[in-house]
Amino acid sequence: MYRYSENDQQIVNERVTQFREQTQRYLDGKLSESEFLPLRLQNGLYVQRHAPMLRVAIPYGTLSADQLRMLGQIAKKYDKNYGHFTTRQNIQYNWPALERVPDILADLATVQMHAIQTSGNCIRNVTSDPFAGVIADEVEDARPYCELIRQWSTFHPEFAFLPRKFKIAVNGATDSDRAAVQVHDIGLYLVKNAAGEIGFQVIVGGGLGRTPIVGATINEFLEKKHLLTYLEAILRVYNRYGRRDNKYKARIKILVKALTPEVFAEKVAVEWEKIKDGELTVPTKTYEQICEHFVLPTYDQVDTQAASQSVETKKAEYPGFAVWLKTNTFAHKQPGYTIVSLSLKPTGVAPGDVTGEQMATIADFGDQYSHGEIRVTHHQNLVLAHVKQTDLFELWEKLKASELATPTVGHLTDMICCPGGDFCALANAKSIPIAEDIQRKFENLDYLHDLGPIELNISGCMNACGHHHIGTIGILGVDKKGKEFYQISIGGSSGRDAAIGKILGPSFEEKEVSGVITKLVDVFVDQRIEGETFLSTYQRIGIQPYKEAVYAKAD
Amino acid sequence: MQKLIKLDNETRIPSIVEDSAWSLVESDSDLASLGDKILVPVEQFLAAPETYLNAGKQLGLALDNTTEPETIQTVLPNVDLITIPFPLFTDGRGYSLARMLRQDCQYNKEIRAVGDVLHDQLFFMARCGFDAFALREDVDIDHALTAFKSFSVTYQPAMDEPKPLFAR
Repeated sequence: MYRYSENDQQIVNERVTQFREQTQRYLDGKLSESEFLPLRLQNGLYVQRHAPMLRVAIPYGTLSADQLRMLGQIAKKYDKNYGHFTTRQNIQYNWPALERVPDILADLATVQMHAIQTSGNCIRNVTSDPFAGVIADEVEDARPYCELIRQWSTFHPEFAFLPRKFKIAVNGATDSDRAAVQVHDIGLYLVKNAAGEIGFQVIVGGGLGRTPIVGATINEFLEKKHLLTYLEAILRVYNRYGRRDNKYKARIKILVKALTPEVFAEKVAVEWEKIKDGELTVPTKTYEQICEHFVLPTYDQVDTQAASQSVETKKAEYPGFAVWLKTNTFAHKQPGYTIVSLSLKPTGVAPGDVTGEQMATIADFGDQYSHGEIRVTHHQNLVLAHVKQTDLFELWEKLKASELATPTVGHLTDMICCPGGDFCALANAKSIPIAEDIQRKFENLDYLHDLGPIELNISGCMNACGHHHIGTIGILGVDKKGKEFYQISIGGSSGRDAAIGKILGPSFEEKEVSGVITKLVDVFVDQRIEGETFLSTYQRIGIQPYKEAVYAKAD
Repeated sequence: MQKLIKLDNETRIPSIVEDSAWSLVESDSDLASLGDKILVPVEQFLAAPETYLNAGKQLGLALDNTTEPETIQTVLPNVDLITIPFPLFTDGRGYSLARMLRQDCQYNKEIRAVGDVLHDQLFFMARCGFDAFALREDVDIDHALTAFKSFSVTYQPAMDEPKPLFAR
């Protein structure tokens, strides 16, 4: 993974000093609330329902074991001994004291971490595929490009006060998409053209929130070396023409829609022409130097036959192991190795939450089993990306003991869920209790696995932090005359076939929600044809049967 | 007279200076009665450019942050001062405008940030090509001099550094 140069470290250290001074000026009354606000936001600091919330950046979701250990220590020292992993591959602390944030940042800086641009109207932390570099079906590893974008966007002088926040995601996988690329302000797919050259398909104007929309492609093939100049051109057009009169219409998606993607693309082309081939052009040498940071670890030569034999033996002996292997492990491009997902979704724990002790333990697992590296997923789980197959059984037993082996990854109870009304000042409704209710309804693993892949996403409000629009089933907390209600949608997708879900109809009370989910699942089970997923059945039969089942009057 | 922070042309070191009097031209101003440095709102200028170009005075243009650089590009050689307003410090359009004037139009005289110009934005403004800063009245101007040193290393190419960090 990327290791800081002296320069990177210097910038982060100077940021700590700068923010300490800004916080002091605020506490001394020399900086008004409204003037401090964007400064603290650009440092990931929100003021929430109970306390400030600090969001720490995990660039493209990659952590070293030492970094995760530090995150655990911070949870213990400054918070209530836990942290919350987010859909943007970051971590949030819900209880730090404002005065101590500069100290937290100083601690983070000792392990090359920070909270830079994790909030505010600027270019946010870039996200990517948690399996980047280790899956077989990949055009190219997305991480070196993410690192280039990280450097370019960090304290970019021109784009610190954009009309609204700005999120970029990069995916290098051939047919899959684990980064929800198409619902980002800019989404980048690595693609190969007819000549066999690798470049980017550039998608702009996707997003969730109040106006959910799948982005539009404005460039089918952008040469790699032009990545940063082209991004700069897009950002300049957005910074100049994006709406600033209404924060709900300020995202780039509104501008792209208003201009049409074609006209937007032309404006970008005009700006790009002026800076194309300029200083930000990425020379092959630079790209190669960055790639050196992402060279895969030296894998052991594994006797793959013996390894798979030992796995099979254990599977026969331990059905729980067999089940876990099926749901929580993924094919690795290196023979004898496996990608392992650590589930952060045991029933009764807020999805994505991890205790300080768990973080320390996972860091140890990372060191012991995965070359000291841990990754964070868009689905709020963690990943050990380089696990030797001969270690799988031992690892599973340890993960189980730490409540990290819930065998539900990719299934209905592996939910994405925002902190909701229990913590967030913006939320209309609670989301964590809804998640728990559903998990309890679907505790039977055989049944759950039989249902196949279902993404269930829950957001406590229209801001859509829980990505409800792109869930196969989405749940949105709404406020109805001061009461918490839940609107349910189906048919969304975050993958290559990205789609915004359709709302079923009138919203439900909290106690009704898990029953409605059961009815939706029943329709699927009744109607599915061999081999169909929930999504493909829905795509075949449409929304009507689900509506009828859910809103049918009792006889 | 208002105090400004200006960057030295060569060293880019900031210092506090007194504003040399530019007279803001109003729609009904009698040009002859004004001093020898006139600052003309861009719309007014574009309505009758010759009037101001031939007034025998030093010319400054007060832009809007939405001004298209192309509309003034040809007259820039005759312009000694450009002001770009920040109606609110969170309105970042001025940053792009300054960069375009410097990069695309090669304008090399003074670009002054006016309006809601605060301590914590000065570092970015300077990198984008502003070299003069009319701070909002209540900002501690002496302390603001330190803001230009917030970071000793930067990633992007900008006015203070022609190459990105990866190419240095």
